[in-house]
Amino acid sequence: MKMTDDRTISKSDKALIKIMRINNELGIHARAAAKIVVLAGQFKSELFFRKGDREVNGESILSILTLACPKGTEVEAKAVGEDSEALIGALSELFEQKFGEGK
Amino acid sequence: MSGKDTGNIRKLSGIAVSPGVIIGKARVIDRSKVKIFYQYLVNETQINKEVERFREALEATKEQIISLKNTMPEQIKKHSFILDTHLMIVDDSMLCDSTINAILNEKINAEWALKKTIQTIKQLFDQVEDEYIKERFGDVENIAERILRNLAGKEPESLSEIKERVIIVSHDLSPVDTSEMNIGKVMGFITDVGGRTSHSAIMAQSLKIPSVVGLETATRQIADGDIIIVDGNSGEVILDPDDETIIHYQEKQLQHERYESKIARTSHLPAKTVDGHDIAIEANIEFLEEVVVAKDYGAEGIGLYRTEFHYLRSKGIPSEEELFEDYKEVAEIMAPDPVTLRTLDLGGDKFSSVMDLNREINPALGLRAIRFCLKEPKIFKSQLRAILRASAFGNIRLMFPMISGLQELLDSKKVLEEVMVELDHEGVNFDHNIELGIMIEIPSAVAVADMLAKHVDFFSIGTNDLIQYALAIDRVNEHVAYMYEPFHPAILRMIQQVINAANDAGIRVSLCGEMAADPLCAYILLGLGIEGLSMNAGGIPVIKKIIRTMSIEDAKADFAGIFQLETAKDVREFIANKMRDLFPDPDDRSLYNHE
Repeated sequence: MKMTDDRTISKSDKALIKIMRINNELGIHARAAAKIVVLAGQFKSELFFRKGDREVNGESILSILTLACPKGTEVEAKAVGEDSEALIGALSELFEQKFGEGK
Repeated sequence: MSGKDTGNIRKLSGIAVSPGVIIGKARVIDRSKVKIFYQYLVNETQINKEVERFREALEATKEQIISLKNTMPEQIKKHSFILDTHLMIVDDSMLCDSTINAILNEKINAEWALKKTIQTIKQLFDQVEDEYIKERFGDVENIAERILRNLAGKEPESLSEIKERVIIVSHDLSPVDTSEMNIGKVMGFITDVGGRTSHSAIMAQSLKIPSVVGLETATRQIADGDIIIVDGNSGEVILDPDDETIIHYQEKQLQHERYESKIARTSHLPAKTVDGHDIAIEANIEFLEEVVVAKDYGAEGIGLYRTEFHYLRSKGIPSEEELFEDYKEVAEIMAPDPVTLRTLDLGGDKFSSVMDLNREINPALGLRAIRFCLKEPKIFKSQLRAILRASAFGNIRLMFPMISGLQELLDSKKVLEEVMVELDHEGVNFDHNIELGIMIEIPSAVAVADMLAKHVDFFSIGTNDLIQYALAIDRVNEHVAYMYEPFHPAILRMIQQVINAANDAGIRVSLCGEMAADPLCAYILLGLGIEGLSMNAGGIPVIKKIIRTMSIEDAKADFAGIFQLETAKDVREFIANKMRDLFPDPDDRSLYNHE
């Protein structure tokens, strides 16, 4: 398994971290995780999620699912790369819209 | 139930569950897992080749999923999201990068590396508490299976791709398998496992195609494309027939068809015994489409509409509106004849993943049917609303499955009353006097049948489950399927106890198991005093013919003797002799002789 923890982040890269709260009824299940993966794929920056002491690749649906984030969980989203700001912005919006579930 | 050699002809024998003879090409549904072997890679070239081979298998897997998505029928297109998720899983770094790393670092073959990766992923999923997320591991396994098949160079199985008329040879068939199948192309089913009441048997009977189950080794002994003969009367399957055998069976096939059409001509006549008793002969159905067939075969009503297939087919919980439309149509087609809607009997062998049910070790004894409905009142109420609304359009009866005692019945009735009050408030029209009945299929319900009878309008004895629960046999376990025995004296006593309780309370009692369509059982059941039989439409002509030939008074007198018999074998012989006297015409031999 790709160990994201020992990835070195070069100083020139912009790393942006934001704490996000999961507000949709079902939590991050398959459909929501799929939306995150699709979104992350549209940006050059890399995306990671941290919950507790586990950090996972934000472009892997299996990693996101097994992070297990029910409603009310707070996760730390970290974007690393030139367009990290845009990625975090778009991601916040997706979380705020409750992944388009309206609940 | 094993293969035996008679001359050069190889035969398998199993349990005949749906009559008829067919000769055709086998289509073996290979659900067995691909064998995973271990290989140590000795040099750089081998390792690079192995990574390349794995990448190719990933690409092939992706292409297959995309093509599956493109060929999806319109009505299930909305579920293509699942395939999108599958595509993401194939690309997932957790799956592919880890496998490639394992090939490179541990110098092992792709299959073994993938197996190790899947084990790691499984551990992660095992730690998740959310049952819905846990279940997604099934998708990972599905993908891994596809990749392994591609590594082995095997094509994946798809039941919807069946194009020519074939005989399905499978280890087992689930309701999901058959709902995906292009049913019009299926000539018959044969399976390794299963008994008289397994899903494939019931499907075959309602489709009027031959079926033999419990063959144990069919999928191992038959290859795709083999010409085989299935004799759904004797339970034999001929593996490599010579010309002579084929001609012999073609004659048998013709004979069977001639006989069927002969008795079908009289099936519209009422089921009145020679001594003037009318017996209600109704049909068991699973889909709306079967109503027409049921009427053709002379059904005077629908004695059992198994409503759960709607929940399985639409791959989600159907809306009240969807159910209402379906029930209304059945009621309208059958009116003024009755349609008995059994509320959801989900669980057991009809397990559905969409309901988020945990896999149970003992589903037949688990959260199913009325237990599930009482636990999920939203789902239950939505179905009750649909049924009540449809009752304004025909003669609908309502029936609860799996009632085990009075409290459960009262709880269920309470929910029904709540729904009725709701509908009244909304000003919705429905039949306030709708008849309510229960299935008697759990031994405890038999024991308290007198108590239950005071609270309902009718009993329907569900012998498929009653026999399974009373004799403690798993009806889909091929090792004990032979013990499934309707003539067991204990079963006959239980049926009589239920009929007596119903008679004492002055309510109707009928029977809706496979037993109703067995000619020998029909005679005995009428002797026990049953007033109605509900069965797969295909069985109706034969049963009606028997009823029109027999006398209830005679059967009742016989029954006093039958009750003294101590073994199922004695009971069977007794009835078979009786039937031989009733039907001396050799053409009618199939009525009492199943060999």
